Amino acid sequence: MNIPENLRYTKDHEWVRLEGNKAVVGITDFAQNELGDVVFVELPVIGKKLAAHDNLAVIESVKAVSDIFAPVVGTVSKVNEVLTDSPETVNQDPYGGGWIAELEMADSSAVDGLLSAAEYEALIKEKA
Amino acid sequence: MMGGAHYLPATEEDRKAMMARIGIADVEELFADIPAAIRLSEDLRLPPALSELGLTTHMRKIAAQNLDVDSALCFLGAGSYDHFIPAVVSDLASRSEFTTAYTQYQAEISQGALQALWEYQSMICELTGLDVANASLYDGATALAEAMNMACGATGRKKVLISAGIHPLYRRVLATYAYDLGIQIEVIPLVNGVTDKQALLAAVNPETAGILLQSPNFFGCIEDMGGIAEEIHRQGGLLVLAVNPISLGILKPPGDYGADIAVGEGQMLGLGLNFGGPYLGFMAVREKWMRRMPGRIVGRTVDKEGNRGFVLTLQAREQHIRREKAYSNICSNEGLCALTAAIYLTAIGKQGLVNVATLCAEKAHYAAEQISALPGYSLEFSSPFFHEFVVRTPVPAKELQTKLLSRRIISGLDLAGLDCGFSGDSCDRMLFCVTEKRTKEEIDHLVAVLGGEE
Repeated sequence: MNIPENLRYTKDHEWVRLEGNKAVVGITDFAQNELGDVVFVELPVIGKKLAAHDNLAVIESVKAVSDIFAPVVGTVSKVNEVLTDSPETVNQDPYGGGWIAELEMADSSAVDGLLSAAEYEALIKEKA
Repeated sequence: MMGGAHYLPATEEDRKAMMARIGIADVEELFADIPAAIRLSEDLRLPPALSELGLTTHMRKIAAQNLDVDSALCFLGAGSYDHFIPAVVSDLASRSEFTTAYTQYQAEISQGALQALWEYQSMICELTGLDVANASLYDGATALAEAMNMACGATGRKKVLISAGIHPLYRRVLATYAYDLGIQIEVIPLVNGVTDKQALLAAVNPETAGILLQSPNFFGCIEDMGGIAEEIHRQGGLLVLAVNPISLGILKPPGDYGADIAVGEGQMLGLGLNFGGPYLGFMAVREKWMRRMPGRIVGRTVDKEGNRGFVLTLQAREQHIRREKAYSNICSNEGLCALTAAIYLTAIGKQGLVNVATLCAEKAHYAAEQISALPGYSLEFSSPFFHEFVVRTPVPAKELQTKLLSRRIISGLDLAGLDCGFSGDSCDRMLFCVTEKRTKEEIDHLVAVLGGEE
């Protein structure tokens, strides 16, 4: 199971990469594996303001439909348009090309409250 | 009461056995918990029971008071239309394999019904010039309301612009949907029977979720669609067009006007007037919006052996999967009505639809010319129309209605009391409809009666 050290994680299996005051958000390798083939990603509208745990996106796989939550409070500043035509990128490259959206944060220290790679690994081991 | 006892499945012995089993001596004991004060202590005040023969005679007498389109000349439309229905339509649609009003979920046992719905969807796509159609909605009004909801969901906005030319009853359904969804509706007025385009375009802004238009509209007029799609798309909203499917035999399809969603009433596709329902709501959308579309969608696929098959598809949108987050609460559809529409369209064919639409338009225009040439009568609008038109009458429309009915002619709709936006007294306006069923002689007869010659 691939869990990059340099990212932060949530209990809902999202990852966050801090880039200045921006948080790039995607779903983990574990999550994409559980979901199976992703067939559709509903992206948020740019400029949408979200509180932590608000609905950020919706991922539809052959097995289920899942909500993706905003890991931190912020405003949607970018979305990954590639997913509109190639949703399978979420499966192929969950931490790279399969990113979902970017949130601009007023206070980037919110990311500090998220799980570390080691904590996330412990969480999914517990589940397995 | 005893006269009907032989229709009841429980015999006296059955009843005794059941009472013995639960330990009571009399059926009355089951009602012991209901206070005597609220129980009816006397017999229901009903006339004496009739024999089957007597009842049949009685019901026929009541039924004979109805005026129907087989025994009267119908010039009434306004949302429900009297078209000719080839015998093959009801003959096929009433086959027992098809007579269920419910969606055929189980692909294992419902290939025929699913295929029929898939063919219906394909025809709606062809008619509307859009990519994906659902397996039907309840009726034209709710289809339009679902489209409004869809436009708001897709854009994340809560304001819609609707034309005053949309059927007044449809507008009431829109208002009902909007009330609890927190959607703001702004009504754009008409000029000469069509939407005031200048006012419409000026009202579009970055908060507009969509524009809802009907063409031909409630007054029969054909909307000028030029530039509307471009403007609403520039502002990030959707264009929703409600259409009469028969009119698409000669008018441009919604897809060509840049519409994102096309909806409408499908009753005119082989369904009778049915006392106002069940009717058929149809909806088609651009591929971009297919996951936002309410209702069931039947898809074509192949099984593991490569054989063609039909299944419900894209169900992730739906309430049974997305629960409270579903985009719409619509689960069901008008399966039998959709099937009927598919049979009707197949029976009359592409050229047949063109012929029906052409006949409607030509006959309606002939009728409009003849009526407006009568002293005191005039056309309310000069905009192009399809098969309905508003006439100014020299006497209150209600009087004409009564006069025509006495001659077994069902008149156009008296527009008094409907929210039509006419200034001042509106009791002298009548909305006439002429379909392909009316002959020249019948139209001439109507004109003669209106003119006081007959």
